[in-house]
Amino acid sequence: MEILNGMLLLFILVCAAAVSRTKSLLSAVIIFMAQGLAVSVVWILLRSPDLAITEAAVGAGITSILMFIALKKIHAIEEERKQDEKES
Amino acid sequence: MKKKADPFRALKSWIENGDDALDLEIQEEMDDEATPALTEEAGRKREKKKRDPVRARRRLEGGYAVAAVLVCLALIGALVYAALQLPAFGGADTLVDSEVSAFYVENTLKETGAVNIVTGIILDYRGFDTLGESHVLFIAVCTVLLLLSIRGDKNADRIAREEAFDRHFEPRDDEVLQGAARILTPLVLVFGLYIIANGHLSPGGGFSGGAILGAGLILYQNAFGYRKTERFFTYRTFKWVSLASLLFYSLAKGYHFFTGANHLENGISPGTAGNILSGGLLLPLNFVVGCVVACTMYALYTMFRKGDF
Repeated sequence: MEILNGMLLLFILVCAAAVSRTKSLLSAVIIFMAQGLAVSVVWILLRSPDLAITEAAVGAGITSILMFIALKKIHAIEEERKQDEKES
Repeated sequence: MKKKADPFRALKSWIENGDDALDLEIQEEMDDEATPALTEEAGRKREKKKRDPVRARRRLEGGYAVAAVLVCLALIGALVYAALQLPAFGGADTLVDSEVSAFYVENTLKETGAVNIVTGIILDYRGFDTLGESHVLFIAVCTVLLLLSIRGDKNADRIAREEAFDRHFEPRDDEVLQGAARILTPLVLVFGLYIIANGHLSPGGGFSGGAILGAGLILYQNAFGYRKTERFFTYRTFKWVSLASLLFYSLAKGYHFFTGANHLENGISPGTAGNILSGGLLLPLNFVVGCVVACTMYALYTMFRKGDF
């Protein structure tokens, strides 16, 4: 259990660093989602299932949906796709 | 020369130049698909125009970065200093750890009828905090409505533009999405209701259950569009459900506080511990909090998306 906890904490740290390092906004939101999921597992390991449910629903679900819509509003997703097509 | 893909460009120019710039951006997006060569040239022209104030701007940004780092370091220092002053976590001789939690563990089931102590605390002992929390959510939605709503907007162009842009990048009536949503939405909604109804018995409660309900609504809306969602969830539904829920919470909690503070009998019995219909006010309070949260999540989603329900 200790090892799993350590791995999850490490994963959260790596995610947090990766979010700020990623160039693509879309990937940043997806990494943020993964981090939220890891945090919710950590909440279960800390024996607070109430918080785990809330974290999974809000941190990994609603927040990312709102961010996706915001990205769509500022045309970020579309521009990334164009960029990919240019490079390939 | 390659046009640099800057996702914030649209936002930036929108902030600087107002709505007209966004119009231009959207127009450009649509043009891009048809004639890429033309917009390449437009982009080049614009970059030439911006070259002059670049140096002053860069200096300003450098100063801003240094100031931001300094402020962050000061804040981190203050927080670490404050954290060092706290009593040790879980120590036997710290007053908070030894008495408060023991009191809750001993008395919550007896006094509130909640098997899930967390719900007993947040809706009974700390019920006033949760009341404020629901109102904060409501105020957040009101602010978003003020900023993003296109309801009653006199500018007909803006409404038409938002409507057109809303579905611009999305597949219409996607088979896979609709098939998945047809199976998942009822399950998600029932799971949300289950979490709300069992809030006083098992992990969960109004907030998490409401967030799941809201996610289910969003999924349904995403798959089937506005016309189908409008049949059961409109602006009126949002308004009245939120109002009724917050009003019920305030009145019920007010009654509870009034009788409790004056040592009166309130006539609400905790019931048999472990039943769904037990815990006195906890079940209805969980339910109204769930309603507020679900409405809030869905309203935030629609406001961010189009600005209307």
